[in-house]
Amino acid sequence: MNLLSLLNALPGAVAQGLIWGIMAIGVFITYKVLDLADLTVDGTMATGGAVCVMLMLNGWNVWLALLCAMAAGMLAGLVTGLFHTGMGIPAILAGILTQLSLYSLNLAVMDFKANQGINVTKYQLIVSQRNVRTADLSNPIFITLLILVLLIGILYWFFGTETGSALRATGANDAMSRAQGINTKRTKILGLIISNGIVALASALLAHYQGFVDVNMGRGAIVIGLAAVIISEVLFSKLFRNFALKLLGVSIGAVLYFIVIQVVLWLGLNTNLLKLLSALIVAAFLGLPYWRAGLAAKHHRKGEHGHA
Amino acid sequence: MLDIVNVKKTFNQKTVNERTALDSVNLHLDEEDFVTVIGGNGAGKSTLLNAVAGVWPVDSGSIVIDGMDVTDMPEHRRAAVLGRVFQDPMMGTAATMQIEENLALAARRGQRRTLKSGITREERDVYRSQLAELGLGLEDRMTAKVGLLSGGQRQALTLLMATLKKPKLLLLDEHTAALDPRTAAKVLELSEKIIRENRLMTLMVTHNMKDAIRYGNRLIMMNGGKIILDVSGEEKKQLTIERLMEAFAEASGESFVNDRMLLS
Ligand SMILES: Nc1ncnc2c1ncn2[C@@H]1O[C@H](COP(=O)(O)OP(=O)(O)OP(=O)(O)O)[C@@H](O)[C@H]1O
Ligand SMILES: [Mg+2]
Repeated sequence: MNLLSLLNALPGAVAQGLIWGIMAIGVFITYKVLDLADLTVDGTMATGGAVCVMLMLNGWNVWLALLCAMAAGMLAGLVTGLFHTGMGIPAILAGILTQLSLYSLNLAVMDFKANQGINVTKYQLIVSQRNVRTADLSNPIFITLLILVLLIGILYWFFGTETGSALRATGANDAMSRAQGINTKRTKILGLIISNGIVALASALLAHYQGFVDVNMGRGAIVIGLAAVIISEVLFSKLFRNFALKLLGVSIGAVLYFIVIQVVLWLGLNTNLLKLLSALIVAAFLGLPYWRAGLAAKHHRKGEHGHA
Repeated sequence: MLDIVNVKKTFNQKTVNERTALDSVNLHLDEEDFVTVIGGNGAGKSTLLNAVAGVWPVDSGSIVIDGMDVTDMPEHRRAAVLGRVFQDPMMGTAATMQIEENLALAARRGQRRTLKSGITREERDVYRSQLAELGLGLEDRMTAKVGLLSGGQRQALTLLMATLKKPKLLLLDEHTAALDPRTAAKVLELSEKIIRENRLMTLMVTHNMKDAIRYGNRLIMMNGGKIILDVSGEEKKQLTIERLMEAFAEASGESFVNDRMLLS
């Protein structure tokens, strides 16, 4: 183990973390703002890349391909939204159903191959792993950061609008929202559309970054997204009150997640055990508030006892 | 005007838990009627208000508010003409949003929500003066999260939200029941003031017979999903608790067994 190899791997971890940070913002919108656990994203995290890469291989312009990738993600969100609000299927199950169908659809998009490469020398890629250590504007860290800031800006504006406020209200209190005339079915669908559009954007960027799209690249994406959301909550909940800062915190959370993963790998963990580790960490952090509440109650009871 | 005609609602139909909560209810309210609603637990009071609000569809009958048939209208569309305050102070506001954001949401009830700013500067000034009228000091905490407020403050805020955009009908479902007696009295005074000043048609459910007698120009009593007593005008003014209990016994053939009502 030498420190140099770790340092050498860090730029890659940061770049990947930032791309996943975009994805985590999508998860934040459903999980935190709308209070829905949406598992569609495991599928969408491959769909975006699949659509973008295949269109580019077929000669499409890179930005147009990216736009179509996002549209495909939004469509997936729409389907989950309709499953949930139109057919009364619980959100988690609705997401799983879409995710499962996406697996077939993603394969179909990819000409029924599990993986499709896209060569950085032949195609104009937005970000590429190859440039992760170059000190100019082609560096994926710089470009992803730019996209991230732009995205946060747009979302900050949107969630301040009447429609955006209605969406936040839906997540905060469903019954109250309806009493205030908000069509909560529609706001939920809208939130799922936006979230999955963002996740598809991240997926396309990730495919560019690694130079290929893999039908399994979204597996466990929800857990990584949640990890980022939870890390940011634990570290920044006192610091970042403003909505834009919260979104920034989530992306920082994703970067930290990938740095931690890099360190763990450097310490010699078998790569195949990574998902197990991620799941356990997320489970622990999800349980934290619950334990804390239990402890506080115990403490409280003890306190009262002391006074009596 | 409100017209409830032959409205029926049975929960858990065709199961062992089947329960007829509204049994062919007919009720007509005039403009500016302030009606208090009393009745024992499970009498159907909340169900009546929820039927009007459209929380779920009714089994049969029709509900017309101010000439508009809302029977088949989804809850969020009826909301355009309704103001509602619930028993649970948590239920009427969005805890994780600011006081002013909650008000801005309510101010847009019945309006299409666009991509315009969710709250404007002029609005803030209006809210500040309206909050000041509540006399709870909320005007200085407009950007505080509603979750930080006490139950009474939240109910007062919900009341303001319900009437910010003048509703055709105000629905209050035991909105002071979760508050301590002093706060409850305050919120009730406030409700009466707002109702009087805006001349709002109101249905107010309460468990407190004294309040039911003191407030409003009309009183209805429910039992077993039916309206069993309907008093208004002079007769309402002359009502006493004893008279109400007698009426209950007469109309239902049971004696009045409800601790909550007797105690309060
Ligand atoms: N959503 C529901 N699902 C099933 N049963 C319900 C539902 N809402 C009400 N009921 C039943 O309908 C009957 C009438 O209930 P309702 O809540 O209208 O009574 P209430 O007069 O408001 O009583 P309380 O004074 O306890 O609030 C009760 O038997 C209740 O159990
Ligand atoms: Mg009730």
